Amino acid sequence: MVKALNLALLQEMERDPDVLVIGEDVGVDGGVFRVTEDLHRKFGGARVMDTPLAEAGIIGASVGMALYGLKPVCEIQFSGFAFQCFHQMENHVARYRMRTQGRFGCQMVVRMPYGGGVRALEHHSESEEQFYAHIPGLKMVIPSGPRNARALLAAAIRDPDPVIFFEAKALYHAAKEDVPDEIETMEIGRAQVDRAGADLTLVAYGAMVRMAREAADRLHEEDGAQIEIVDLLTISPLDRETLTASVRKTGRAVVVHEAPKSFGPGAEIATSIMEGAFLSLEAPIRRVAAHDVPFVGFARERANLPDVARIVEACRETLAF
Amino acid sequence: MPRTIIEPQFTIEHLSILDSDGNLDSALDPRIPPEELRRLYRAMLLARHFDERMLRLQRQGRIGTFAPIKGQEAAQLGSVAALRRTDWMVPSFRETASMLWRGWSMEKLLLFFSGYLEGGRPEPEQRDLPICIPVATQLPHAVGLAYAAQYRGDDAVVMAYCGDGATSEGDFHEAMNFAGVWHVPVVFIVQNNQWAISIPLKKQTHSRTIAQKALAYGFPALQVDGNDLLAVYAASREAVERARRGDGPSLIECVTYRLGVHTTSDDPTKYRSAEEVAAWERKDPLTRFRAYLQAQNLLEPGLEEAVDAEIARGVQAFEAAGPPDPLTVFDHAYGNPPAEIAAQRAAMAARLGRAPQPDAGAPPSPPMRGQRRSWPS
Repeated sequence: MVKALNLALLQEMERDPDVLVIGEDVGVDGGVFRVTEDLHRKFGGARVMDTPLAEAGIIGASVGMALYGLKPVCEIQFSGFAFQCFHQMENHVARYRMRTQGRFGCQMVVRMPYGGGVRALEHHSESEEQFYAHIPGLKMVIPSGPRNARALLAAAIRDPDPVIFFEAKALYHAAKEDVPDEIETMEIGRAQVDRAGADLTLVAYGAMVRMAREAADRLHEEDGAQIEIVDLLTISPLDRETLTASVRKTGRAVVVHEAPKSFGPGAEIATSIMEGAFLSLEAPIRRVAAHDVPFVGFARERANLPDVARIVEACRETLAF
Repeated sequence: MPRTIIEPQFTIEHLSILDSDGNLDSALDPRIPPEELRRLYRAMLLARHFDERMLRLQRQGRIGTFAPIKGQEAAQLGSVAALRRTDWMVPSFRETASMLWRGWSMEKLLLFFSGYLEGGRPEPEQRDLPICIPVATQLPHAVGLAYAAQYRGDDAVVMAYCGDGATSEGDFHEAMNFAGVWHVPVVFIVQNNQWAISIPLKKQTHSRTIAQKALAYGFPALQVDGNDLLAVYAASREAVERARRGDGPSLIECVTYRLGVHTTSDDPTKYRSAEEVAAWERKDPLTRFRAYLQAQNLLEPGLEEAVDAEIARGVQAFEAAGPPDPLTVFDHAYGNPPAEIAAQRAAMAARLGRAPQPDAGAPPSPPMRGQRRSWPS
């Protein structure tokens, strides 16, 4: 997935001189996960900027660039460090268009690696999408594989609104897929039915889509159940149409995410399904999420994050309701 | 009205006592007693060997990512040695030598870097904060500790560590400003190791020194040769004494070098030259201090073996830790756990086929030893 993201950046920079990359270690080093590899060599330090170690500076300065008409693609090294620039994103990135009644906008992307499963220390393993999804004015995108990551990043760069773009660390090197050479974009705000099924809708995004597929396979093999997987791709704005269409068909839904359960994306997703497909529901909607505890250390991570067994169990309970 | 010059015309002092061959400038000798010099050398050697051992353990997959300290032993030990046990130490994430000096066990450090929260738990009497990963965010905590010490009438001093990269963060500047305005007993130790991952100092700040940043906040600073244990010690002793007698904060910029990787996930050959590293290897703080002690006839025979045996015991203690009980993920999240936590714990216990247990609360439970538990598949 790293190479696919790199390709999107390369091609968008080639087609639009206003697109620039800014962050810590994104230049000479090519990014700590190598997503910006070679861009500094190709486009130079004025377009691929190694900044001092200051997240608020990166986002705040990018706001200024965006107000001027440039299109910065910011990298925050880990989503756990984005709280040091959260005020810039909430107070300014999200609000400039509204505040100036359309005179200015922040056409910018903030990329961040997120999520667990990579034996990493505190602030390197968490999932914080709920904070951004809750902020009006921002769009929140989380791809689930190389091809949609590349297409969504290109779309995010072209979107007039600011996009928070989460990249699952667990997929960076593990997810492999053919990606076409020609430029490809995908519509932001659209979920995809990853696989069709008649019995239950399993909603997931990012690294949890793989987990959902494994769970669906097991439920098919062991129970003969037909699970439909909806891969959200965009968390906000939420594609309620695709979600409710799926649940109107299946009558049952389970939502999976790595963020802690309470007040997480699952609550919004479940309520949206309830609002749009209430009369079709055959069972309460269940959530499989991290527990409501702070970072537990990677020695205990498997006990805290959703795994295939927990998803299977939640699906069985929902199917048996 | 004319333009007039107002005061702060400043100079920054640079202090160096031992040269890179270990020769002493006797006029500046801090006159550390021989037993203390021996203790410091032993600590340096232990820190260096433990760091090398951790690197091997990481490469073998026996611990996770960590930030090696090689090259920064003098900056850490010269500063931390100026503290009393009743003072406070606030680390960032690259202070293995300071932490060992303050009594953190090797077992705990290894547990920390293996993803066990037990590795971050200070002993009840220990006045240290745990490792802090988000850069510079620990510095305001140090100022708060110093304010609280002053408020309570304790004579405790707080020593806070950060690196050159941290001086770009807002939290660094806010902490410095609070320290100056409140005039609290805090000593900021900036280990200027020249590189914040791939960003060299000249791309981090346009200031001539890091030390001078303190002057803007109204308190004194000194730049020292951070690879010279005696210089760091002399400067730190002075700063700690100043803080203790109520004369407020100070900052010490230790000019040093990260000889190794930023963390074990980093490849420094992508951004810096082998010649640069070799030039700094010639200024190694350990060989310099060893040469000085040799000349003073203070080197103890058998020290390397003793240190290695201590490390072996630490690694052995660490390796006795089995996988933690999954149900402990709920422990310590709250002092007064809400009902939802109890419900989530009960659900996990049911999945594991076990009876739910109460929150461990205080005192905390150590990791399970020698027991292999099977995970839910």
